[in-house]
Order: sequence, then C-alpha cells, then structure tokens
Amino acid sequence: MSNPEAGNLSAGRLVVSPSPHIHSGRSTTEIMRDVLIALAPAAVASVIVFGWRAALVIAVCIVSAVFFEWGFQKLTKRRGTIGDLSAAVTGVILAFNLPASIPLWQAALGSAIAIILVKQLFGGIGKNFANPAITARIALFLAFSRTMTSFSMGAATSASPAADAITGATPLALAKIAAQGGEQAASALAHMPSKLTLFLGNHAGCLGEVSALALVIGFAFLLLRRVISWETPVVYVAVVFGLSAAFGRDPVDAVLSGGLLLGAVFMATDYVTSPMSFKGRVVFAIGAGFFTTVIRVFGSYPEGVSFSILLMNILTPYIDKFTIKKPLGGGAA
Amino acid sequence: MRKLPGVHVPHRKNTATQPAQRLPIPPEVRIPMAMHIGAPAKVTVSAGDEVKVGQLIGEAAGFVSSPVHSSVSGKVKAIEEQDAATGDKGTFVVIETDGLQTPADGITPPTVTSMEDFIAAARDSGIVGLGGAGFPTAVKLTVKDVSAVEYIIINGAECEPYITSDTRTMIDDAEALWEGVRLIHRFFDARAIYVAVEDNKPEAIKRLGAIAEREPIAQLRPLPSVYPQGGEKVLIYNLTGRIVPEGKLPLDVGCIVINCTTLAALAKYIATGMPLVEKRVTVDGSAVKNPMNLIAPIGTPISALLEHCSVPTEPGKDGVGKILLGGPMMGVAVPDASAPIKKSTNAVTVLNERDARVPEPSACIRCGNCVTHCPLGLMTVDIQSTYLAGKIEFIGVYRPNLCMECGCCTFSCPARRPLTQYMKLAKAALRDYEAAQKAQKEKGGAA
Repeated sequence: MSNPEAGNLSAGRLVVSPSPHIHSGRSTTEIMRDVLIALAPAAVASVIVFGWRAALVIAVCIVSAVFFEWGFQKLTKRRGTIGDLSAAVTGVILAFNLPASIPLWQAALGSAIAIILVKQLFGGIGKNFANPAITARIALFLAFSRTMTSFSMGAATSASPAADAITGATPLALAKIAAQGGEQAASALAHMPSKLTLFLGNHAGCLGEVSALALVIGFAFLLLRRVISWETPVVYVAVVFGLSAAFGRDPVDAVLSGGLLLGAVFMATDYVTSPMSFKGRVVFAIGAGFFTTVIRVFGSYPEGVSFSILLMNILTPYIDKFTIKKPLGGGAA
Repeated sequence: MRKLPGVHVPHRKNTATQPAQRLPIPPEVRIPMAMHIGAPAKVTVSAGDEVKVGQLIGEAAGFVSSPVHSSVSGKVKAIEEQDAATGDKGTFVVIETDGLQTPADGITPPTVTSMEDFIAAARDSGIVGLGGAGFPTAVKLTVKDVSAVEYIIINGAECEPYITSDTRTMIDDAEALWEGVRLIHRFFDARAIYVAVEDNKPEAIKRLGAIAEREPIAQLRPLPSVYPQGGEKVLIYNLTGRIVPEGKLPLDVGCIVINCTTLAALAKYIATGMPLVEKRVTVDGSAVKNPMNLIAPIGTPISALLEHCSVPTEPGKDGVGKILLGGPMMGVAVPDASAPIKKSTNAVTVLNERDARVPEPSACIRCGNCVTHCPLGLMTVDIQSTYLAGKIEFIGVYRPNLCMECGCCTFSCPARRPLTQYMKLAKAALRDYEAAQKAQKEKGGAA
C-alpha cells in the first residue's frame, strides 16, 4: 500500500455488515415508554376517582410484573428484558383491569400469571399468543369473583344500605339489571350515572376503565406518536355502538361504560396478539366488537371486553393467514 | 398524487451546494472488469502495455455486458484475478499512472443519426446504470418496438442520505443532461418524458425547470422526499400509476427509467467521443468532517478520495468505523479502503465507529413497522418468521422476490432486526428451493 493511512484502515477494524447502515432510532423501549405515557392520564383519573388505594394497586402490579420477569429470566438464564419496559406496561394494564379494593396479593398473583404463565413460558416478549394482562384478569375474575367484582367508590360511595347491589354496581351491571326488568330495574336506572359522569369517570368500575376522557387522551397520544393505528379502536368501538343500539341498549352508555375504551385502545392493539395487516385488524376489531356486545347483552356477565379480546387473540394467527397483504406487483397468491 | 410508503431518512445533503473538485490523479488505479450486470468485460491489454485515457482495455463479452476503458494514461502494471485487499474475485487491470492524462488516439464524436447509432453509442461509451445498479445502458435502450415505450423517466430523485452527485449533475451538467433529454425525445416516441427530482434539491429543480420551460420536451416533476423515491418501481408507480409485476421489467409496462447522471454521461460521450472514464463521487458521512464532491478516475482507490477529504483514519473515538460504496441505506460496506471506485459508484460514505456498530437485535414484537413502511407492501415480518422457521415451501406466497432491498424495514424496526438481510436470505432460499423442486420434477418426468 502506497498510502500509510490506508494501512491503518486495513488493520481489520472496518465493520462490514449488510445494508442499511443507519436506523430511525425508534426502539422497543421507546414504544413501551410511549404506551406508559399514554396510560398516565387514566392512572391519574383512577387516583382521583378511587383515592390513593388505586395508586397502590398500580404500583404493586408494576413492581410485581417487573420482578417476575426479572426473576424468571434470572432463573432460566435468559437475556434480561425488563429494560424494554414491556413488563411495566403489562403491570399497568393489569392494574387498570382490577377494582381498587382488590387484595394486593391477588394483584401480585395476577402479575405472576401474566408474566410467567402467559408471557415467559411462551418465549417472552413477542411470542405470547394471548394478551398477558387480559388473560391474568380473566384468571383472577374466575378465581376471585367476589373481590374482582366489588367496586368501592372511595369518597363517592353512596350511603344507601338498602340498595347494596345497586350502589356498588358498575354502569354495565346497572344496564344489565335495568334491561332484565323486574323490581330492581327502576332503581338501577335511577342510579345510572349521567353520560357526562361516564365520560369523566366518577363512577364504579376497574381502575383504568372509568374515565373515557383520560383514555381518549391516551389514544390521541398513541396516534400522534404512531405507536398504533386508528382502525382497531375505532372499528371496535363503532361495532359495539351499532350493535348495542340494534339490541336496544343505549349506545353511548355502551361505549362509555365498562372496559371498552381501555380494551379497544390499549389491549386490542397489542402488537403481538393482534393481526398485522389493515384488513386483518379490521376483522379483529369487528369480531371483538361483536363478541363484546353479545356477551354484554346475552351473557351472564355484565362485561365482555376481556373475553372477546382473548378470543380474538386466539383467532389472530388465522386472521393473519387469510388477510395476507397483496404486495405491489405480486400476482394472485 | 400517488405516493407509496417509505421512510423519512435524514437528508444530510451537506455537499449539495459544492461543485465537484477534480481529484489529483492517483499513482495507481485498479479497474475491475465487472462493474456492470452481465458478463464481465474481456481484458484486451496485457502487463507492460502503455495505455491512454479512453482506450479500450476490456471488451464487452456478450449482449448484456459493457466495454471498459482506461481512466488514466500510464502503463499496465498487472492483470490480477483477485482484489488483493478485499478478496473480491474478478479480473482487475492495474495501471500505473503517468499523471499526464493523455487522451487515446481516435477519440472522435460518434455520428448519431438513427436509433441504431444511438444504441451503438451507448454501448461503445461503456456507460452502465450510474445510479448504482450498473445495468448496461445500451441494453436498457434496446427495445423491440419503440412505440411500446410510453413513459421515459429521468431519475434525479437521489433519495439516499448524504449523496449529491446526481444533484451536482443536474446543476453543473444541466446542459449535457438536457442534450440527453433531446436525444431521448428524438429517438423515442414516448407519451411523456419526466425528469423526477426530490423536492429537497431546490437548486436542481430551479435550473432544470428553467430549461424545461424554454424547451418543453420533458416535464420536470418535483416529488416528495420520501425514501426510496428513486427506486425504479416506486418512481414508475408514483409518476404513472403503473405497477411492474414480479419478474418483469419497467419496459413490460411501457416505461424506461434512466438515471440523470447516466443520461448526461451518454450525451457527453456523443458530444466528445470520450467514453466513461471518471465519476463524480460524494464523500461524506459521520466520520467525514470535510465532505466534498470529487471527480475521480474510475479505479481510484477509496483511500485516495478519503485522504483528499482529510478523513481521520487513526484509531479513536472519531475514527473510521465503516466505509460504504454508496449511501447509508443501500451502500455496500467494503473491508478495505483500497477498494476501487467503480462506474456505478456515486458516493463513498464513511461512518464513525459509533454509527458503524452493528446493533444487537431483540425479539420481534410484531409492531408491523416493517410492513407499513415497505414501499411494496411486503409482509416482511412473515417472510422473516417463515424463513427463520425454515418453512421455505410456504415463503413464496409472500412474494419475497419483489423486494428491492431498499432497507426501509430494517431502518424502521424498533427491535433492530436485520430484516433486509432476511429478505435477501429468503430470496436465495426460495431460489434454491425452486431449483430443487424443478430438478426433482424433471427427474420424476424422466423416470
């Protein structure tokens, strides 16, 4: 080599790797951080509605979820992934699906189910077939149906002891009682919160689901940051709205009450367990909306969001299979 | 306006306002015989021969091939079969330069009065696709039926970060480029000739716009700066709405796309008779403090260009980490700075050690960014997972062969997965699988 400087370059230090050689800078951690930020308004709303007990439940869920992820990966000698914040996101979403009065050990058990059973045993981030938080919520719901359906209202609790079933009931439970008719129907209707209350959040329910306003703010943030696209939440909510009206329920109440907005914005949009293509996501959202409404109207449970999303999670590989995007220039498959 | 997806890459067109400087003639050039798609050129000189600038040193070996000319005057030092530094196979003609740059005898402008002359000129000029692909221009211009060519697109999109060599062609060689447009206009009967330029090149747009207004034989079409705007299939779709099907050429949908520097070079050859012997090359990147456009003889070692731009080469924090022939999205990393500049080289991008580091991929979270940002809408994530699962028999349905390896998927992947690389691997695996299937079928048929 005539050029001594070039000699330096040939000292085996040059990196040779396939293109492209630059990156957008977006990372999994950044996406999860955006989701946490989007969840923050609903967390604040839950503390306002249910008091500090809500913050405690959220904290326990986050800490236990992160701990179980860390512990499992230590035990099985896998690469640690708590830094990607996905376990923290699972913790918050799980907490959002619990009532404020839940015993803390049950909340921690939920985290264990979500992180160990649903996420890590299937291979960790990106490999789980169902949404960890939803599956854990359903497991807790079936195991501890009493504590999971006892919705204290903190400061806003009604003082009327005669109507125990009514005062602590969620708007959806009230709607169900009202729809069934009978002597309690009128009382249930009377206790139904106004639409404004439903929108703002001062009513019984799980932590994260009560304030539609906070959830919509989170949704807007996720759209702005391009973390999710609009179709799943919008189609999901639209289907519930339309079907509820068709079944004679108040469609606005149906959208604003229960876990619909929480589920549509934060759980049905889970990357891993929802379809890849636009078409697939629309199919997923229609299915979720259909099952949610059917469970709410005809099922024995007042709420159907988590069951319907879990069902659609399981169907996702099939939806993906039948909604393969046709690339530009690709003939019929 | 139609717009295929893509990614917003940083522009970093630091050298856009700098006319190119001429690089001092290096003491030695190594000219590869394979600088184009097709058969490598056959060497016509031997060690010890005196050569001059523009003299034929390698003749085209077939229809899809291209001749190679000496870029310097001097003496052939050796004919090598392998690049000593990079290990690249192929024939190289090593020439010791005399610094005089004496033009070869008989360099006279060709007579071009017919389509046949035009194509012959393209062939004799040694010009190949200078945007990077290296497809012999004469082959591209050879069409059975001229009336089938409805759109001719002059590609000045230059969508890669850093690179401004096409930009400077459109500014400094605007007249030559327009002479090329005139030739195209004369020999083809296209419905429209478009000059496509990304809107981040205002000077080029102004310059060409003024000419186009004066002589409206072609339309200047500024396009949004969305990478990969300059991709052939992308340009054709965005400008004409036509879709190039898998395995087909632009010509099959009535289009020809030709790079602006290629066309300007062709017009220059027809005006002077001097074949393609030098290239305008952008030297830039995160390790380049003093970026420049340089005009260098083909075969010049990269190190000579870097030296001229005082690129730091000593080990250390600001040291050179990676050297690319081309831009950061599609450029090819070279193992050694002595690798030569080729006909199709439009840039040398040097990344510092921090940018050169290969990130460790984490698990795919199926976010779908790779799919949303793929200009062709390929299900990149599924091609990746099917490839990794070894289920090559199921990969064809995702049409990996359409992939143009633009890099948008890897660029946008939050898990830093090398998706573009998986696409290349999937294509190769599919090719092998199909070949094996075919062989088995033939065997079955014979039995």
